[in-house]
Amino acid sequence: MRAGGVTNLASLFDLLITPFTDFAFMRRALVGSIALSIGACPIGVFLMLRRMSLVGDAMAHAILPGAALGYLYAGLSLGFMTAGGLIAGLVVALLAGLVTRVTVLKEDAALASFYLISLASGVVLVSLRGSNVDLLHVLFGSVLALDDNTLVLLAASASVSLLALAVLFRPLVLECVDPLFLRTVSKSGSLAHFGFLALVVLNLVAGFHALGTLLSVGLMMVPAFASRFWSSTLDGMIVIATLIGILSSGLGIVISYHAGTPTGPTIILSAGALYLLSILFGQRNGLILRLWPRKHLAA
Amino acid sequence: MLRLLTFCSLMGLFLGPPVYAAEPIPVVASFSIVGDIVSHIGGNRVSVDTLVGPEEDAHVFDPAPRDAARIAAAKLVVINGLGFEGWMDRLIKASGGAPQLTIASMGISSHHALIDGNERIDPHAWQDVSNVRIYARNIADALIAIDPEGGGIYRANLSSFDDELASLDHEIRAAISAIPTERRKIVTTHDAFGYFALAYGIEMLAPQGISTEAEASAKDIARIIRQVKSEKIPAVFLENVSDPRLAERIAAESGARIGGKLYSDALSKENAPAGTYIAMMKANIRELTKALMP
Repeated sequence: MRAGGVTNLASLFDLLITPFTDFAFMRRALVGSIALSIGACPIGVFLMLRRMSLVGDAMAHAILPGAALGYLYAGLSLGFMTAGGLIAGLVVALLAGLVTRVTVLKEDAALASFYLISLASGVVLVSLRGSNVDLLHVLFGSVLALDDNTLVLLAASASVSLLALAVLFRPLVLECVDPLFLRTVSKSGSLAHFGFLALVVLNLVAGFHALGTLLSVGLMMVPAFASRFWSSTLDGMIVIATLIGILSSGLGIVISYHAGTPTGPTIILSAGALYLLSILFGQRNGLILRLWPRKHLAA
Repeated sequence: MLRLLTFCSLMGLFLGPPVYAAEPIPVVASFSIVGDIVSHIGGNRVSVDTLVGPEEDAHVFDPAPRDAARIAAAKLVVINGLGFEGWMDRLIKASGGAPQLTIASMGISSHHALIDGNERIDPHAWQDVSNVRIYARNIADALIAIDPEGGGIYRANLSSFDDELASLDHEIRAAISAIPTERRKIVTTHDAFGYFALAYGIEMLAPQGISTEAEASAKDIARIIRQVKSEKIPAVFLENVSDPRLAERIAAESGARIGGKLYSDALSKENAPAGTYIAMMKANIRELTKALMP
């Protein structure tokens, strides 16, 4: 009995820990995606609460051409691709804000139009230069190939966005619950809004080095949605979303190691699985608790 | 090219009837390497039309009606054989022409290899230079048969090309013997170097678990690193791992070097490092030496 328990523990250790002790690239993938979760998941919670869940997606598309241009100019250069992505994302955010303010278009429409223009011009620019096979690397990133510089970038982005979020916390909360009130008492609303969009861009740019532009939105948003089923306070949701992000990163990397599935998508699928479990079993508004409230608890 | 032209016209001076008077004989070669050998032997007495050009893949060649017309116009069609050009029979039939067909690899000793998971005859015989010397002789014989008048020129071209091949073979052997014996092994995704490995004594191991085109998983990368470490392989040539960052990570963690491009079954464009067969073999041996020298 005891021996069985020990071997079970040992094989669990083999399953979960040995891959990381054996291979540096596994450790790097884990550290990188943990840093990414710490930066991006709190942002995702705010995006969700402000009903801007799809803004992350739009921003990811807006970033892609900038990153692609950086790539075409300097190859797979961390600096140029990061700068290109940041510039493209910020320009689209600013232009969309400007159009919202001076014309009749609402922000979602303005954002959609600019990200589409950005995406299309990116595709044209890339095809002018010929080879677009390598663009797949930009689209899908490569969490297994994180070098020192990329890890530093991911950690720096996580640190910056946590600090900036702390500064912006009050106006952001106010904008979530009562934007009209915020507008009457303070002018910091639009500043906070753009600061927040800049954080979204920063985290997506950091994320595309590991997961690619499109999947990095997944790590930002899906844990946030899942956290909604476990907590009803903002602090609780932020903590839980971050934990779910970290958990799905670890799970995804380990599953990719054993099952041979591509790593980035497996991380997002793990987050998706945790999200579905949360919908079913969540303590707040989870389906099972809602359908069988007392009986289930009593049993 | 210029040297070749000068050479041929000089030969023409010495060998009686002026070559420029004759219309060049239309010859179709199935792919770039055979095409290069034919033009070495044929000189300017033949015009070589290569179906599968430089940097194109003969395995997946999809003949167009235009190609049938090219065959119909040819007097001689030269192919590698050994099942390399599975599409050629149908193409000749479809062309309606009746050109002479020469299989350049006739008479070489072929061997089997695992290709795409099946045990088949390995068609990539040109990776062994001594086979290409046989190719050249076969092609010269075929040209003499359809153009006996040019026989002298073809024989002279053959003998000078054969000398070049002999010294190329010598050069490859010298380069390999300079590499310490225990370092003569690589991991490569190519399955086209069986003859090379056999002829020159380099061990070529297939990587475990890397599949073409699919995105690499953590499992794939871990397997390669483990294989390289346990078998102490000094270099890996991973054409399928197209993300350079990933290749760098594998190199950093396994301690192996990442080799450059090896040319297997097509020449490069003329200005690139492997514009001719001889240049291709030299480019490969340069890459191997660079990766394997301690």
